[in-house]
Amino acid sequence: MIQNLVAIFLAAILTENYVLNQFLGICPFLGVSKKVNTALGMSIAVTFVMVLATAVTWPLYTYLLVPNKLEYLETIVFILVIAALVQLVETILKKYIPSLYNALGVYLPLITTNCAVLGVTMLVIERGQADATFGYVESLVNAFGAGIGFLVAMVLFAGVRERLELCDIPKSLRGLPITLVAASLVAVSFLGFQGLVDGLLG
Amino acid sequence: MAKSLAKEFTKGIIKENPVLCLVLGTCPTLAVSTAAVNAIGMGIAATLVLVCSNAVISLLRKVIPDKVRIPAYITIIAGFVTIVQMLVKAYAPDIDKALGIYLPLIVVNCIILGRAEMFASKNNVLPSILDGLGMGVGFTAALLLMGCIREFFGAGSLFGIPITSGFMAPIIIFILPPGGFFVFGMLIALASKLANKEQPVESTGCASCPMAASCSKISEKEGAAK
Repeated sequence: MIQNLVAIFLAAILTENYVLNQFLGICPFLGVSKKVNTALGMSIAVTFVMVLATAVTWPLYTYLLVPNKLEYLETIVFILVIAALVQLVETILKKYIPSLYNALGVYLPLITTNCAVLGVTMLVIERGQADATFGYVESLVNAFGAGIGFLVAMVLFAGVRERLELCDIPKSLRGLPITLVAASLVAVSFLGFQGLVDGLLG
Repeated sequence: MAKSLAKEFTKGIIKENPVLCLVLGTCPTLAVSTAAVNAIGMGIAATLVLVCSNAVISLLRKVIPDKVRIPAYITIIAGFVTIVQMLVKAYAPDIDKALGIYLPLIVVNCIILGRAEMFASKNNVLPSILDGLGMGVGFTAALLLMGCIREFFGAGSLFGIPITSGFMAPIIIFILPPGGFFVFGMLIALASKLANKEQPVESTGCASCPMAASCSKISEKEGAAK
């Protein structure tokens, strides 16, 4: 049981990294990764919302949509739940934990339309349909791992980008193109983890 | 009149190409461009949603209160995405399988929300439909270009027909994730070289993103930290 959960967690971080292997959440990955601290703040907010969103959407899908044969409403229900949830979290943080709000608050509205959050809630449902042992706890662990994977990719990449600023880059490659090439190289390094999780725990 | 309408259509294809010039919708661009066929499927699905949502949002632009416009737009877009999802599942199950999670993720594609916010909420129905159509065609063209390059180098074929199988081994990395980032970066560099831009393409199309207002807080914070 625990071994299985660890395997899911590690796979979500390393081999199924949401940013570098599945291309989810590229916009914040490219947009907010200029500085290590902003990258860290954004990814902590994303991890938090990912786990929370999965915690809410999974029971909603399993106990409300499926019994009523409304599975086709998945997309519309999930996006509205996430949007409402983000708004709620923002309001609660602002009222009760202002220090945390100051640190994470600015990132929250951005997360509503982040495809990584919607993606993780839908992918865990998909995995649950393919594999009956993949239940609520596994989904939550997967969501948490996905968030941490996002954090790892963001922080690593922010480090790479801070160094890029000092380089002399050909004119037409400046800005986004060289950033994408750098992202490509970081993605190559993540290819190296292929098979690692199975080898470690299998 | 006819001339300005034609302009609304053509601007999305080259001058304001949503992928290569405005740099919107990067996630699906990178994810589904492993083969030319997937690129076309994704492009058509997104175009359909874009045209329909632009039309409806333009019709409702005076009814929707300003404060709740983003949730309202998202709901409208999600409705159309669900319809497209059902259509694709029924008539093109292979494409549905290939696109997988990225088909429902059209909901959060910033091209669609961006055009709703930037164009459809300020213009009449006909220009909005043409704007959606032009942007959709531009998106499809960019996806197709990337799909062809990656399929040609990565799998040695085009639209599934083998081309280089006799004399060149496929460079598999092109269809893996790193190849996606690399080809995309090179295409943007080429586009900015051809457009002869003085300013380099800095980051994703922030100005056209509906979340730009909250995002600028981040840049302010960064500025203050300096």
